[in-house]
Amino acid sequence: MSLSLALWAVLGALASGLLGLAADRFPAPAKAAVFALLGLSGLGAVLGGGDALLRGLTTAQTFPLGLPWLHWHLCLDPLSGFFLIVIGIATVAVSVYGPGYVREYEHGRQSTVPLYLFTGIFVSGMQLVVLAADAFSFMVAWELMSLSSYFLVAYQHQHAANRRAAFLYLLMAEVGGLAILLAFGVLAAFGGGFSFAAMRAAALGPGWASVAFVFALFGFGMKAGLVPLHAWLPEAHPVAPSHVSALMSGVMLKVALYGLIRFTFDLLGGPHWDWGLVLLLAGSASALLGVLYALMQHDLKRLLAYHSVENVGIICMGLGLAMIFAGTGHPRLAVLGLIAALYHTLNHSLFKGLLFLGAGAVLQRSHEGDLERMGGLIGRMPVTALFFLIGCISISALPPFNGFVSEWLTFQAALQAPALHSGVLRALIPVTAAALALTGALAAACFVKVFGVAFLGRARSRHVRHAREVDLGMRAGQGLLAALCLVFGVLPTYTVQALEPIAHQLLGRGLPSASAQGWLWLTPVSPQTASYAAPLVLAGMVLFGGVMFALLNARRRTRRVRRTIPWACGFGPLDARMQYTSTAFTHPIRRIFRPVWEIHEEVETGGDRGLRPAALRHRLHVEDRSWRVLYEPVGRWVAVAARQVGRIQTGSVRTYLAYSFLTLVVLLWLIT
Amino acid sequence: MADHLTSWVLALVQTALFVAGAPLLAGWLKRVKCRLQNRRGPRLTQPYRDLLRLFRKELLLPEGSSWVFRAAPYVIFGAIVLAAAVVPLIALRLPTSAIADVIVLVGFFALARFFLALAGMDVGTAFGGMGASREMTVASLAEPALLMAVFTLAMSAGTTDLSVAIQRILSSGLVIRPSFVFALLGLLLVAVAETGRIPVDNPATHLELTMIHEAMVLEYSGRHLALMEWAAQIKFMIYAALIANIFLPWGIAVGFGFGALALGAAAVAVKLALLAALLAVSETLLAKMRLFAAPQFLGFAYLLCLLGMLSHVILEVGG
Repeated sequence: MSLSLALWAVLGALASGLLGLAADRFPAPAKAAVFALLGLSGLGAVLGGGDALLRGLTTAQTFPLGLPWLHWHLCLDPLSGFFLIVIGIATVAVSVYGPGYVREYEHGRQSTVPLYLFTGIFVSGMQLVVLAADAFSFMVAWELMSLSSYFLVAYQHQHAANRRAAFLYLLMAEVGGLAILLAFGVLAAFGGGFSFAAMRAAALGPGWASVAFVFALFGFGMKAGLVPLHAWLPEAHPVAPSHVSALMSGVMLKVALYGLIRFTFDLLGGPHWDWGLVLLLAGSASALLGVLYALMQHDLKRLLAYHSVENVGIICMGLGLAMIFAGTGHPRLAVLGLIAALYHTLNHSLFKGLLFLGAGAVLQRSHEGDLERMGGLIGRMPVTALFFLIGCISISALPPFNGFVSEWLTFQAALQAPALHSGVLRALIPVTAAALALTGALAAACFVKVFGVAFLGRARSRHVRHAREVDLGMRAGQGLLAALCLVFGVLPTYTVQALEPIAHQLLGRGLPSASAQGWLWLTPVSPQTASYAAPLVLAGMVLFGGVMFALLNARRRTRRVRRTIPWACGFGPLDARMQYTSTAFTHPIRRIFRPVWEIHEEVETGGDRGLRPAALRHRLHVEDRSWRVLYEPVGRWVAVAARQVGRIQTGSVRTYLAYSFLTLVVLLWLIT
Repeated sequence: MADHLTSWVLALVQTALFVAGAPLLAGWLKRVKCRLQNRRGPRLTQPYRDLLRLFRKELLLPEGSSWVFRAAPYVIFGAIVLAAAVVPLIALRLPTSAIADVIVLVGFFALARFFLALAGMDVGTAFGGMGASREMTVASLAEPALLMAVFTLAMSAGTTDLSVAIQRILSSGLVIRPSFVFALLGLLLVAVAETGRIPVDNPATHLELTMIHEAMVLEYSGRHLALMEWAAQIKFMIYAALIANIFLPWGIAVGFGFGALALGAAAVAVKLALLAALLAVSETLLAKMRLFAAPQFLGFAYLLCLLGMLSHVILEVGG
């Protein structure tokens, strides 16, 4: 039942893409049908996935597709059900938001056909990845997802930068795909088959298991954007149309994490603690570097993409903790880490989707993606601003919204480190927790910057000054995600309970202690160790703040509040250039953490007039170090290797004939 | 059931005491500081008069500010009072302390700070942005150090619930643990930075180049300003109560008898008065640092907390 619903969802998304082919001839009906089908597909995914997750069911089916000796195995279990929900929610929000957003492209120079077609294929590819139950169908679905998203990244191909980003994306996706293929290859060789069931039964020594894990970590980590493999992500995600960026950052990264979880917890079975340590350290590095790089960005969508690196890092920290605890014989704590990671996966898909949709709304209305030219949008786009603020609070991990709960659970898992025997792990895990604390604080700083510079204060450019609120559908798409951010923040006990079947499936036990004290109290380990009553927190804040508000404003309703000019040191009227810019805001942080970035900064004073220069020019360029340290050397090696290989290309027929002859001789020698 | 009700009533009374007592602590601090500097200080009740005066004054809003500016004082006040509700002041085992553990407490502070910084940005002046930028920078360094100190305590007490942690420290008797000493020192430094005291920030100045907190609330007036000031005083008292009750928990009421509660109230009053006097001495002796010296100060705090944690892991758990 639930599997067939999920399959209908896959087909719905595919049909939505195919209907998009008619967009040139019948623009309006095709658009309506495309987004309606996409929405239905998302709804189907949520319902099918929810059914499998909540009832803890596993249904499998074989389809006569694919190779003659290898039919497609599809399987819906709680883990894939959960990821289907993640995909489905974002798809529904995007399908509500999309019709308003693509209006911008309808009258553009290029057709909307590729946009519709590849969005449909992209969504169905992602849904198929989580349903696949053998390596062959998994890889087909994976490539479907990667290739279709390449065309979406390259959609606005008029700009050379976009083409470059898309090529980089394709390159990285394929290198990562190769590593995943090798990882599956190791398992298939030992298991004697390509179906996941055969791989589960494979008996691997620790050495080969570690090899498989390293390939999987490289392949899935590259797609998920783990540091130092992340550099493609902030290039590629922002250049796609914003609703596709929301899907890529909000959902596609999660599909990569799904692959990692499926591979290590399910297929490899029994994770080793040292893999967990690797993942924990990689996660901490991603979280910290992701947020530090994000702080230095002033392009809104690029900044959000760097924050995806950060959040993938946080999720990997939870997964790493789960592996460490599982590998050292603490299954109860492993469940805590796993649930923290899954919870954050859900949360990130919600708030990152929300923020990208908000950025798209701003982009559509003001044609401005640069924070330095925004400002004061809260007055022009009040509803978008409110939803964006909710997204900012959620991603900054502030109570009582959803981002806080999952980070709190990750902290709780990390604080259980004293249960471990190894002194190194006991000392290392709290340090990574402190890195997580630093990440959270820096993320809050970053989103104060984003919201403060973009939405508050005064407009810094003409387009922004005249921006108008977006249409109802675009507001509704954002509103849906914003409401879910609050719901999942205030009702954590239900969410944790709903995630338990996955823990049962992967680790063989649940987390009954989390909701043992009733729905109000979230007590992950025991009520004596830690408790958090999110509904009471919200109620208390509303109560205390509200009572104060009522007391202070009860009698003054009739009197109008006077408005005055703010203090500007007596320099005459305020103007927008007096405000702190995004670059100025992060200047102290840039100075403190200087070695992290490659900073090129120059100040030119022109028109020398003694003490008061007539012109001042400040150039600042902050670069990602991973480019110079990792990507450029690899690129150079590849170029050098290509030149060496290129020497055999002489261009003369005689040489090529000689090559053929030699090859033939060698082959004859080999077989005789 | 009756017992349940009593404990909730007690929790509310304790919160009210927290909220009402915070200006008194601020007045005491100011008075001691004046004495030390050979000045005649204001009366102890002066902060109450100031608040009352502000509440009565007319409210002015800066041009171009949005609803964020008007909502921020209430959000900040709500978050800080809620934080006060979960911190044990005179009695342990109150039901409110289970609402939020110490990590959530840090989250409440972060929420209040987030809105404070946004309110600063909302005005659209250079000062607001400057204050917000500096506040978030200082906080992003102070928060990890704070959590590190908290983790040390949480790991040695085996809990992040404040009430349970204090109870376990009480029951383990007077043992001087190296981890606690380091955590205490680190926490003292963090508290100074987080509550905007000398040497990180100076609450008494409006000097443009140095101010942090004052720059953000520069445009506030009337009842909004009163709420902001009051919230800052409560936050100061929360930090003082945390340090007093975690590291010197003796005297705090474990049961709900009248005698125990009276003793608890007296004990915490003495402890807070002493802590405030200590701060007054340090503020008299020290001068405010440059902004870019603050990272070193907080880095030192972080190092102390890290040492505390490592000494806990190496000396106290192993063996």
